[in-house]
Amino acid sequence: MILEKRPQPSQRWVFAAPLLAVVLTMVVGGILFAALGKNPVTVIRTIFYDPLFSENAWFYRPEILIKGGPLVLLAIGLSFGFRAGIWNIGAEGQYIVGAICGAAVGLALYPAETRLIFPLMVLAGALGGWAWAMIPAVLRVRFGTNEILVSLMLVYVAEQLLASMALGALRNPEGMGFPGSRNLSQWPAAANKELIAGSGMHWGVLAAFIAVIFAYIALSRHQFGFHVRLSGQAPRAARFAGVNPGQMILICMGISGALAGLAGLFEVTGPAGQISIDFNVGYGFTAIIVAFLGRLHPVGILLAGGLMALTYVGGGIAQSQLGLPVAAIQLLQGMLLFFLLAVDVLTNYRFRFGQGETA
Amino acid sequence: MSDVLLDLAGLTKAYPGVVANNDVSFQIGRGEIHALLGENGAGKSTLVKTIYGLVKPDSGTMVMNGAGFAPAEPKAARAAGVAMVFQHFSLFDALSVAENIALGMENPPKMQALAARVRAVSDQYGLPLDPDRVVGDLSAGERQRVEIIRCLLQDPKLLIMDEPTSVLTPQEVTILFETLRKLRSEGTSILYISHKLEEIRALCEAATILRLGEVVGSCDPRETSARDMAEMMVGQVLHVPEKAEKPQGDVVLELKSLSAPAPHQFGTALKDISITVRAGEVLGIGGVAGNGQDELVAALSGEMKVRPGMVMLRGADVGLLAVNARRSMGLLAAPEERMGHAAAPDMTLTENALMTGATRKGLESKGFIRWDRAKSFAAEVIEGFDVRTPGAENTARSLSGGNLQKFVIGREIMQDPDVFVVNQPTWGVDASAAAAIRQALLDLVAKGAAVICISQDLDELMEVSDRFCALNEGRLSQPRPAKGLTVEEIGLMLGGAHDMEVAHVEG
Repeated sequence: MILEKRPQPSQRWVFAAPLLAVVLTMVVGGILFAALGKNPVTVIRTIFYDPLFSENAWFYRPEILIKGGPLVLLAIGLSFGFRAGIWNIGAEGQYIVGAICGAAVGLALYPAETRLIFPLMVLAGALGGWAWAMIPAVLRVRFGTNEILVSLMLVYVAEQLLASMALGALRNPEGMGFPGSRNLSQWPAAANKELIAGSGMHWGVLAAFIAVIFAYIALSRHQFGFHVRLSGQAPRAARFAGVNPGQMILICMGISGALAGLAGLFEVTGPAGQISIDFNVGYGFTAIIVAFLGRLHPVGILLAGGLMALTYVGGGIAQSQLGLPVAAIQLLQGMLLFFLLAVDVLTNYRFRFGQGETA
Repeated sequence: MSDVLLDLAGLTKAYPGVVANNDVSFQIGRGEIHALLGENGAGKSTLVKTIYGLVKPDSGTMVMNGAGFAPAEPKAARAAGVAMVFQHFSLFDALSVAENIALGMENPPKMQALAARVRAVSDQYGLPLDPDRVVGDLSAGERQRVEIIRCLLQDPKLLIMDEPTSVLTPQEVTILFETLRKLRSEGTSILYISHKLEEIRALCEAATILRLGEVVGSCDPRETSARDMAEMMVGQVLHVPEKAEKPQGDVVLELKSLSAPAPHQFGTALKDISITVRAGEVLGIGGVAGNGQDELVAALSGEMKVRPGMVMLRGADVGLLAVNARRSMGLLAAPEERMGHAAAPDMTLTENALMTGATRKGLESKGFIRWDRAKSFAAEVIEGFDVRTPGAENTARSLSGGNLQKFVIGREIMQDPDVFVVNQPTWGVDASAAAAIRQALLDLVAKGAAVICISQDLDELMEVSDRFCALNEGRLSQPRPAKGLTVEEIGLMLGGAHDMEVAHVEG
C-alpha cells in the first residue's frame, strides 16, 4: 500500500476530512471514556447532543454562542496569517492586552454615562490587540526574528501584565482590597449587553458573524485575499505577483491582533465582566484548533467554532453530571485537531493498493 | 565474454494513466558511448532510473556482463558498477568539494587521503578541480566535475550522464568530451542522454531513440543528420521558427550602469550593466547559470529594487517602481522557475492568470476580482498557446512542464508587453512546444515589442536573437549582431576561457 500524490486536491475530501475527523474523535474518545469507567455512549451524547437538544438545552444554547463568539472572532483573524504562512501563536496575549486596553479606557471615564464609552472601548480593545501583535510582526520584518516564538513568549508577558493590572492600576478602589477591576458588565455605559435577552447573542457574537462575512468576501472576491493565499502557497510567486512580503506580515498580524483584541474586549465587558488574574481561559490557543478544523475557511471556522464551543459546554455538563475529569475534555479537543491533520493527508494524497516500488 | 555490457530486454513500466516504458530493448556495448534520445516525457528518465535501481520495472530483464541485473536500490546498482551524473546537482553549497564527495560515499576515507585521490583523478582525466574549494563558489561546469569525479572514484563500468551539457559553455563542453572519450578508451561505457543532436553526432557511436515510451529507432549518429534524428524523436516534420525582417525601432529600455548587491549568500551581484534595447528586436543574453540571470530578471521585473536612474523605460525611471507599476507601463517578465515562481502549483490556471494579468487585463476593479474575466483570460491563453489541459479550473501542477511553460509565456504575451524579459523560455520543454514558444517571441517582436531573451541554450539564442551578449559573473558583455557569430566567439564572450584559466591556476 502506498501513498500517491493526487494531481488535484480532492474536493470531496476537503469536506469529508473534517467530518471523518469528528467521527474518529468520537470513536477514540469513546474508548478513552470507557477506559475511565464511563459509559461511552452516555458521555458522547452528553457532550455532543445534550447541549443542543436535551430538555435543558434552553440553558445551554446561549452558552454555546458565548463560548463560540470569541473563538470564531479569534480564529478568523488567525486564518489570514495561517493562510499566508505567518504563524501568530500569541492570539491569547493579544486577547488579554485588548481586554486590558479597552477596560482601561472605560475605567478612566468611570462613572460617566454616555453612549460613546462602549464604542470607544471597542476601539481601544482592537488597538491594544493590534499593538501587541505588531511587536512580533515588526521584529520579524525588521530583524527576521521568528514570529512563532516571539508571539508565544508575549502571551506570558501579557499574563503578567494582566496580573499586575488586576492587582494594581485597574483594581477596583471599592473592592475591599480584592484583586480585580470594577465590574464593567454592571456599568451600563460599558456593558456588552445581550442584543436579545437570554439568547447569549452579545456584541462580540455579532462581531464574529460580521468578521466571517468580511473574511469570506476578502478571501474569495478580493485581491487581498488572493495575495494572502498566494503568499502561503508560493512565496516567490507572490512576490512576482506584486506582493510585498513585509507588508503582508504586518497586515496579517495586524488583523489577527485587532480581532483578538476585540474578542478580549467583548469578553471583559460581557461574560467575564471584569479584569481579573484568571481572565483568560485559553481561547487564543483553542482558536488555533478552530482555525484549522475549519480549514482556514470562514464558513468552516464558523462551524468549527460552534463545534468547539459545544465540546466546552458539553464537556462542562459531563464534568458536573458524570464526574469526567477536565483533562479528558481537553484530550478530546486535542484529538479533534490530531485526527483532522491526519485525515487531511487524503485531500492531497490517495492510497494505492498493490505492489509498491523501491524509491 | 561478449562485447555487450548491458542488455535491456522488454522493459515495461506503467504509471497510473501513462506507460512510461513499453517493451524497451537495446544493448550498450563495452567501451561505447551510447546516446539515449527523446523528447521530454519520452521515457528517458524512467529508463535510466530503472538501470540505476530507482524504479522497478513491471516486466522485462536486464543482463549486465552476462549476469542477471535487477538492482533493488541505487546502492546495488553502484555495487554492480553503474554510476550516474544527474542533471540537477545534489551538492551542498556550504561544504568543500572533498566534503561533498565524502558525503556520497559509504566508507569515506580520511579527508586528506580523499583530497589526494580527487586530485589524482582530476589530473588523470583532465578535469581541473581543487578539492578544498567551497562548492558555493564553483561555476556550474565545476560543480558538474565534482559529480563526475564522485562517480569516477567508484571506478564505474557504466556511466550515465543526464543532459550533461545544458549548463556548460562551449569550452567546458570540449573539456567534458575529452574526458568522456578518455573514459571510453579505457573501456568504460557511457549512456549519454541529451537532446542536443550535434553533440551526439560528435561524441556517440550508437543512439537509441525513444518516443512515448517506445523505442522508435536506432542509428549511428555519426552517419545520420541532426534533422533526421530530430524528426525520429518528434515523429513529425519539425517547424523551424521564422524571423521576419523588420526595421529598427526606438529605444524602449535602457539600463544605465545597473549594479545591485547579491540578494543572498550564493547569489550574484550585478555589476555595471549598460545596454539599450530597441523596439522590434530580440536581445539574446547567453551565459552559464548562476552568473546573474535571476538577479537581472528580478531587477527588470521589479522584484528587486535598484537605485534610481538605472532602469529607464521609454525614458522614465522605473528602478524604484514595484512589479505591478512596471507591468502597467508595459514591462513584463517571465522568470525561469515555472513551479512556485512564475506559477503557483496548487492554484488553478484561472488564478494563475490573475496573478500577473490583474492590472493590464482589467481583471480587478477597486481591488475586487472579476473572476469571470480572469477565467476568460485564462481560456484565451490556453486557446491561443495550445496549452493541453481539460480547462482553466485545473491546477498548474497538473500540467506537464512544456504546457505550463506555454501557459506562463502566453499569459505575458497576451498582455501585449512593450518590453518582455524572459529567462530560459524553453528549459525542459519538448521540441515542438519549444518551437511554438520561440515563434511566439518572434511574432511579438514583429508587432513592435522588444524582447530580452536570457537562455543557456545557444542554439535557441542564435535562432531568435538580433543581437547577442553574454552575462558573466554579473557583468554584461558588449552586444554583437547575432548573425555571423561563431561558436568560438560566443564561447569567449561567455567567459569559458576565463573559467579554464582559473581552474588551471588553482587546480
